[in-house]
Amino acid sequence: MKNGIEIRWHGRGGQGAKTAALLLADVAFKTGKNVQGFPEYGPERMGAPITAYNRISDGKIRVHSNIYTPDYVVVVDETLLSSVDVTAGLKRNGAVIINTPKSRGEIADKLNGYKGRVYTVDARKISEEALGKNFPNSPMLAAIVAVSGVMDRDTFIGEMRSSYGHKFAKKPEVIDGNMKALEMAYDVVWEAMEEDKMSLSA
Amino acid sequence: MAVKERMSGNEAVSYAIRQINPDVMPAFPITPSTEIPQMVSTYIANGEMDTEFIPVESEHSSMSAAIGAEAAGARSLTATSSAGLALMWEELLLAASNRLPLVLALVNRTLSGPININCDHSDSMGARDTGWIQIYAENNQEAYDNFIQAYPIAENESVHLPVMVCQDGFITSHAVENIELLEDEAVKKFVGEYNPEEYLLNPGKPVSAGPYSVSSYAMEAKKNQEIALENSKAAILETAKRFKKISGREYGLFEEYRTKDADYIMLIMGSAAGTAKQAVDEMRAHGFKAGVLKLRVFRPFPAEEIAKALSSCRAVAIMDRCESYNGNGGPLGSEVTSALFRNKVMVETVNYIYGLAGRDFTVEETKAVFNELEDMAVNGKKPEQYQYIGLRK
Amino acid sequence: MRTDITKINEHSPHQELTEGLMVFAGGTSKLFKTGEWRTATPVFYEDKCKQCLLCAPVCPDSSIPVKDGKRMGFDYEHCKGCGICARACPFGAIGMKEGIV
Repeated sequence: MKNGIEIRWHGRGGQGAKTAALLLADVAFKTGKNVQGFPEYGPERMGAPITAYNRISDGKIRVHSNIYTPDYVVVVDETLLSSVDVTAGLKRNGAVIINTPKSRGEIADKLNGYKGRVYTVDARKISEEALGKNFPNSPMLAAIVAVSGVMDRDTFIGEMRSSYGHKFAKKPEVIDGNMKALEMAYDVVWEAMEEDKMSLSA
Repeated sequence: MAVKERMSGNEAVSYAIRQINPDVMPAFPITPSTEIPQMVSTYIANGEMDTEFIPVESEHSSMSAAIGAEAAGARSLTATSSAGLALMWEELLLAASNRLPLVLALVNRTLSGPININCDHSDSMGARDTGWIQIYAENNQEAYDNFIQAYPIAENESVHLPVMVCQDGFITSHAVENIELLEDEAVKKFVGEYNPEEYLLNPGKPVSAGPYSVSSYAMEAKKNQEIALENSKAAILETAKRFKKISGREYGLFEEYRTKDADYIMLIMGSAAGTAKQAVDEMRAHGFKAGVLKLRVFRPFPAEEIAKALSSCRAVAIMDRCESYNGNGGPLGSEVTSALFRNKVMVETVNYIYGLAGRDFTVEETKAVFNELEDMAVNGKKPEQYQYIGLRK
Repeated sequence: MRTDITKINEHSPHQELTEGLMVFAGGTSKLFKTGEWRTATPVFYEDKCKQCLLCAPVCPDSSIPVKDGKRMGFDYEHCKGCGICARACPFGAIGMKEGIV
């Protein structure tokens, strides 16, 4: 895999982690990348822990196994932290993004000693504010795009607007809410990344 | 002009079905193939194709209806997985013995038990002696390409046999990947109109299909069916050659990936072949001469061709994604070693069982297999001739 | 592919059989003379017959031909001698005799 990145999603059945992984594959494809987005099914029940994966690369992707040493991990449901070792195999120079109202400091001790970067996004709050409903996967999608840098903000927002425009052609009223959720989450994470850079240079 | 897209394996097969626009599709849902009839029904409801979709009450019925429709003169197909294929068993043999060129989109899933919905090849391997041609795909692209080639192979006048187009459940069926699609017109032209010479709904030319046969005819009929299966090899290659002209993509009975000078070859089918190729590249970067023989066509079994392709390596890992409970290995293990023996190719082999019921198979595991082969060939260390990969011991 | 199936018999080599043993003709059961299987034979007493036509439809082998609303004599080439017609006749116009008559 040339210039490839690997991402692992943790969520619960029904929360849209698989959909978010497929959306990420979709939007990365549109920027000319080779992509892979696939779920791993456990018991097929609402609420059961599920895992989904992405590979994004400039070169052809041939591997058809799960991802054990991801560059990034996205946790769509904070309650998974007590039962799933979400940072297992996560690269030291990678990052984990967690949907939680807590700060990075508060969540750090629940990550089995992971020493890499940690970002938190209150996806529930963002989603409820922007959409009036709790759909955490859109904000988490924006967060992973910001952290991984698979594309810049303008490209991402532009592609998502056209993708939602197509998907919600019959319900245009939800497009703006979704776009707002994406932008809010992207900016929250971006600010945290800027903070990190400042503290590194200080 | 190729169309660059991204879609799952199930979407890719459904897209091919829309482009071909066959006459009749009876189907019954079962994970992980459910999406195929679902997507085809959506295309039909949207007026993008006019296939007659028949919702039936079981897979026994879907294959029966497909057989009836095909015998009547309609280009037919169905889709299924696992227990659905098992419920079709009796009809699978009838489709082949009645020489009906219908197509089945199979999304490979294990057969119970233990009850499990994930991928292995036990469903299609169980149906390996039903007289169907079986073609396997490594990814969504191959699932799409193989489906487009299926009718021209099945309907070839020296063949007239049904074709099972197999892809790995979830691993490719539910994974979104890049794909290059052909234009609708190119596919329609390639597959062509179905004009059977003999069929039931043909006024003035009465015919009976599938009659009772006394012993003095049945054995001769079976031999004729076997000859048709042998003939299909040439039809598969000829169809692949024609397909290359419209797609630029090359297909054969199997793919030889870096095998020409390889000391060690892994013989494997389906999605795990991609994982194995990745391992080969990484090992070759360190001077280890590994290669992959990816079997595409399992029925008819290209015994002589495989034996020739393996003749100059030092050891072969034969990879079965299926336990066949014969006490001696998997189906590929048995067939490949018999092919080697009959063709007097005496290379070392080890038969590995991997990936049962959705167990993952990784690049690292592939490398371990190659290292074990080397240990055997160089140091004379004899591994178990028939063993499981990733088994907790 | 369409061949003259009357030329195929139990001595034909496999190359000469039809694909999937398809039978390229209609009404071929007529060619198969089942009359020799008979161990009892129906006999038609025309004088007792009222032409009620209860017998013809119950014959499993279509061996009682009907013409212009009237039944004819038995088709002994195909009648297997089951005797259903004799049971169905209310007027004693059909009797059964042992053996092939």
